[in-house]
Amino acid sequence: MIIKDVLCPFCGCLCDDLAVKVENNKVVDIMHACKIGESKIRGHDRIKAPMMRDNKNSEFREVSYDEAINESARILANSRRPLLYGWASGLCEMMKKGVLLTEEVGGIIDNTASVCHGPSALGVHEKGLPTGTLGQFANRADVVVFWGCNPVHAHPRHMGRYSVFNKGFFTNKGRRSRKVVVFDVRKTDTANLADEYVQVNPGEDYMVLSALRAIVAGRVDVVPDTVGGISREKLVEVAETLKGAKFGIVYFGMGLTQSRGKYKNIDNAVSLVTELNAHGKHSIIPMRGHYNVTGFGNVCAWETGFVNAVDMSRGYPYYNPGETCSNDLLMREEIDAAFIIAGDAGAHFPAQSIARMGKVPVINIDPFHSATTEMANIVIPTKVSGVELEGTAYRMDGVSLRMRKLVDVDFPSDEEVLDKIIAKVREIKGASS
Amino acid sequence: MDLKATFISGRTVDQGCNLENKTSKAYFDAAGYCEMNSADAGKLCVEPGNNVKVTTDFGSVVVPLKICEGNPDGLIFIPMGPWANAVVDPNTCGCGMPGFKGIPAVVTPTGETAPTMQQLMARLK
Repeated sequence: MIIKDVLCPFCGCLCDDLAVKVENNKVVDIMHACKIGESKIRGHDRIKAPMMRDNKNSEFREVSYDEAINESARILANSRRPLLYGWASGLCEMMKKGVLLTEEVGGIIDNTASVCHGPSALGVHEKGLPTGTLGQFANRADVVVFWGCNPVHAHPRHMGRYSVFNKGFFTNKGRRSRKVVVFDVRKTDTANLADEYVQVNPGEDYMVLSALRAIVAGRVDVVPDTVGGISREKLVEVAETLKGAKFGIVYFGMGLTQSRGKYKNIDNAVSLVTELNAHGKHSIIPMRGHYNVTGFGNVCAWETGFVNAVDMSRGYPYYNPGETCSNDLLMREEIDAAFIIAGDAGAHFPAQSIARMGKVPVINIDPFHSATTEMANIVIPTKVSGVELEGTAYRMDGVSLRMRKLVDVDFPSDEEVLDKIIAKVREIKGASS
Repeated sequence: MDLKATFISGRTVDQGCNLENKTSKAYFDAAGYCEMNSADAGKLCVEPGNNVKVTTDFGSVVVPLKICEGNPDGLIFIPMGPWANAVVDPNTCGCGMPGFKGIPAVVTPTGETAPTMQQLMARLK
């Protein structure tokens, strides 16, 4: 059986044109996916059963789901400052339950945006976001900027489906309809495909953005001879390209959010795009990583009013990134229990932060053995969302789509595990109050 | 001989393919290396596949060397993951985001063995 119009559960492109051949409840062929999507859908060695251990340096012993869930609930119910982190590789349905569990235990809920596009949210708080959908950009954009992102590696079908090589309604010559400009600190594989590669000195993106804003505003006289390693002449040339666009789009990534300036880089990039709208139509959009990290931002916002890093310990949602983001909490050694689900803090947090996880009970909900599993006391395997479970996910541009189920498995879903933990937490807290 | 460099981390397609395969040799091969251009490698007198030690104010890690001519002089890259995490800056500057890019680093040739993911995590518990 070939299942058509399958959505890919890897990156924020959420490609929705895959075809997957399933025989005897096994995926045997995957068509149209990129290398990463194919690897994700084909799957890897699973954690076969729930596991527990008291000492993080000892071997795990297999336990029942009930035992693992009950012990997880006990840890969370008795914790004074639990962190509930991850969420981005799950479906919206389980995220809603995650917010509820966080409220029940008075914890902090944070997602992978904390080490990804969290600063973009702060930049948007400052300046808003002139944006649109990937469909609009695919059909209209004739000047395409990739700033501090490398879609050839991180979003492998983005350039083919939405941004560079695809033929659109107003871009019907495909690649020849577009001018592509890449800003990066190194000549990436994406830069190799650009019409214009602009090499920025590491940590100097903010200055380059400011210089471009000055030139766009007609004040080239205030721009020094070189800015961020780029000559004024080159910056003027790029600014003219941007101003000449009928429809310009800026895709940006970790090159802006993780380097010096962080959210201020986003603030400045949004300002540049806003000001370019005096000359043509221009938009900007973050290149979201996990396939449903945008979904978490939406779910968390409609449940709490905030997109991530929400502290429920006061009995109402409190949000102050820099105080309530995972790495700040871990580095201040506030956390006394960690619940890591649909994200791998162990593999993507600085070593010093992870060391704090080494000192507290860690509950890891994941189909696969991750770096977090190495730090865990309790491991609960669940279904792979978008392969073994259907549900809602949000593409990077905020378009919600329905993920497909391809095969049946006996594992419980994240949502089922969360439901049981919530019920048990209520039971424990009810008994003690 | 050592090389003063600026460190960055980031996604690669092979690292992405092995995100759910982290106990494998394939994940080590995909995320446990340091990239620099051949001119910088020449300054260190190291060949691709030789191990180098990358040290920052926040830690050090031993990984094999790879060449990438797209890196300008003095820019080194380790894919996002446990090896990069050993040297990144945990300080969020009050905005929640640690410093994963633009960290001053020193690279030296070494005869030490590169750690596996499990060995790196074992250091933290």
